[in-house]
Amino acid sequence: MSKERVGVYICHCGTNIAGTVDVEAVARWASEQPHVAVARDYKFMCSSLGQDLIEEDIRELGLTRVVVAACSPHMHEKTFRTACQRAGLNPFLFEMANIREHNSWATDDREAATEKAKALVKGAIERVVHHQPLEPLPVQINPATLVVGGGIAGITAALELANAGYPVYLVEREPSIGGHMAQLDKTFPTLDCSACILTPKMVEVGQHPHITLLSYSEVEEVEGYIGNFTVTVRKKARHVNEELCTGCGICEEKCPKKVLDEVFEAGLGYRKAIYRPFPQAVPKYPVIDVENCIYFQRGKCKACQIFCPAGAIDFEQEDEILQIEVGNIILATGYDLFDPRRIPQYGYGRLANVFTSLEFERMVNAAGPTGGRIVLRDGVTEPQSVAIIHCVGSRDKNYNEYCSKVCCMYSLKFAHLVHERLPNAEVYNFYIDIRAPGKGYEEFYHRLLEEKTHFIRGRVAEVTDAARMPGEEGKLIVQVEDTLIGRQRRIPVDMVILSAGLEARHDSREVAQRFGLGCDFNGFFVERHPKLDPVATMTEGVFVAGACQGPKDIPESVAQGAAAAARVASLISQGTVLMEPVRAHIIEELCSGCRICNNLCPYNAIVYHEDRKVSEVVTALCQGCGTCVAACPSAAITGAHFTSEQVMFQIEGILWDVRSPDGREREPEMVMA
Amino acid sequence: MSERYEPVIVGFLCNWCSYRAADLAGTSRLHYAPNMRPIRVMCSGRVDPQFVLKALREGADGVLIAGCHPGECHYVEGNIKALRRYILLKRLLRQLGVEEERVQLIWASASEGNVLAEAVDRMTEQLRALGPLRWREMVLSGDGHRPSPLPQQAAPVAEEV
Repeated sequence: MSKERVGVYICHCGTNIAGTVDVEAVARWASEQPHVAVARDYKFMCSSLGQDLIEEDIRELGLTRVVVAACSPHMHEKTFRTACQRAGLNPFLFEMANIREHNSWATDDREAATEKAKALVKGAIERVVHHQPLEPLPVQINPATLVVGGGIAGITAALELANAGYPVYLVEREPSIGGHMAQLDKTFPTLDCSACILTPKMVEVGQHPHITLLSYSEVEEVEGYIGNFTVTVRKKARHVNEELCTGCGICEEKCPKKVLDEVFEAGLGYRKAIYRPFPQAVPKYPVIDVENCIYFQRGKCKACQIFCPAGAIDFEQEDEILQIEVGNIILATGYDLFDPRRIPQYGYGRLANVFTSLEFERMVNAAGPTGGRIVLRDGVTEPQSVAIIHCVGSRDKNYNEYCSKVCCMYSLKFAHLVHERLPNAEVYNFYIDIRAPGKGYEEFYHRLLEEKTHFIRGRVAEVTDAARMPGEEGKLIVQVEDTLIGRQRRIPVDMVILSAGLEARHDSREVAQRFGLGCDFNGFFVERHPKLDPVATMTEGVFVAGACQGPKDIPESVAQGAAAAARVASLISQGTVLMEPVRAHIIEELCSGCRICNNLCPYNAIVYHEDRKVSEVVTALCQGCGTCVAACPSAAITGAHFTSEQVMFQIEGILWDVRSPDGREREPEMVMA
Repeated sequence: MSERYEPVIVGFLCNWCSYRAADLAGTSRLHYAPNMRPIRVMCSGRVDPQFVLKALREGADGVLIAGCHPGECHYVEGNIKALRRYILLKRLLRQLGVEEERVQLIWASASEGNVLAEAVDRMTEQLRALGPLRWREMVLSGDGHRPSPLPQQAAPVAEEV
């Protein structure tokens, strides 16, 4: 091995490191270590001056390797690699030692921290001399994009990309796009009609020349890597021929089977067995609900087929499997509402006049099951008093600890709508805090105060119909501690609305696995960085937008949809992107053809050549996990940038102070790759 | 630093979860034992049992392998493969007379800085009680340390080393 010249830089990071680690001593010690040509300490290595130090030393001292002991590589590995590159040194001939997050910030024992810093630096030095120069792989980016989910976030992302001239596949599992926003009546705080602002966008999607809308479809499998994904989509059979259907709606009229609509009408209203989820559905084609269709269940009826003037009903239609090639994927799969049946003391499902927020949305919607009238379950009686309970299932250690962000605002909206439609009704909002952080949100809250809403601060203990005092008979009683006056109160009302929180979709973990994402504890998709990168994920080429990443309102979902589209557009316009060269390579001469590695690869990136009886890694599919490298009994697989040799020397370096005194001679080693 | 014995632990932390967990512990200024010296790997599945043996014979008193929770591995199931290898490795180490506490595997997601910190503190105390490994004397030349009782047994079966 040739004599390497390593430059070692110990960062003070102000006092973040220097306050605990004796950085000057570490630098002095480092300069005496083998391979080290120069060792410096400096206040802020990541600053331009700090980077200049490295670049000058590379040029003037002929450094062949660089070690920076500072923060986490997740912070600045890229910064320093680029600095090396600018000075003409391959960026992979660089290594960082994390002496901040892993050391100076994690202890106040100065002596121990300084010793640990030395060990980590020594590990880095020993490792870096064995680094190889690596070149990133260029990968072509397919300009087509897959957007999964046709709610407002998905629609926004699809339109932004399509308007930029790039082809988009929009896959939506329900028969129509629109998502939860299509179910809403008015949106806070402007009280815009939700359908009025949403449906033009839906129509634009449906008619856009660059958008292929695959509704009533689901993604079954995703293979490939950034720029080159192959996605298998199942287009479920509507049993309606889309080429012939004119959307006239006669089939729906004539269908004799009424079904409780648990999805769009949130269980408050009915639809038919052949149905469109709502009148403005895009696409306009209805779908047959096979579980409830009389023909499919009992072989009778066929009224839809009989009356269809276009002959568009096709009972024999089968699911279609499509394979599409895309370069990037945006997941915008939305949320599920918290199921308040999990809180039995609120009586949902048991007490008739307790409603969820989505049920109430459908009720106040002019196109909903009650035509916009606020009535009790009997469909007739108007309530004289309405209770709106905030934080149902949210901010609660028993259910979801997090705040669902939108419920305070929609609770205020409900209060307003009740005042508007039932001017004589009393409205009670039971809250813990009023969270009104957006534009016009606080002002909206003040408006509700002026409308004489009763705000009671306390988490509701119980909703019951067990009357104990006069005036409570036939009512729902809300039992709460009013924390502002310090007393228990029982408030009799006619109707209770539960402002349930937002949860991740119930199958979010499965979906995440399918796309190579992670989920957090609450099931929401994990973004690359919570502050600085909320739409990217750990997987290159896969992005997230909207409530599937965390509870948020419409403007934020739109912003994220557009942000994800911008990121994708940026990749497409680059045409080619460079992939990290951290991946595996099989040395053919050493491979014995045992094939142990073949089935270990989660990306199926290893192929076996029958003719030569050796395995080979398909470089572009390999993600660089190194599982095969560790498993190969012949040590025939090299894990670039994490070779066994590099790790072994790092171990020796990191244990420099505890290795046995005669330790330089090693036992006969196994072959290292 | 006090006069007492300080065990040295080599930690193999996976880039996506446990390394970030250690980062988070530091960012949150969680103070924990400085005895664990981390080595970054892309995935816990990269951890070759030979790395563990190397660390032990080069003077480490213990090795900590930390990966993503099952089902959450950035590379789908590398952590499961790490677990399989770890179980087999532990059987080998037992035969060499290396105590159970010296090589440990934990799961820590990127948001679980405290889990990692607590694991390091716990392991440090366990190893402090056991004393230095002294691989050359005890494992290579000697009959090894008295192995700690296996989980199924209440106490060693017989008074043999």
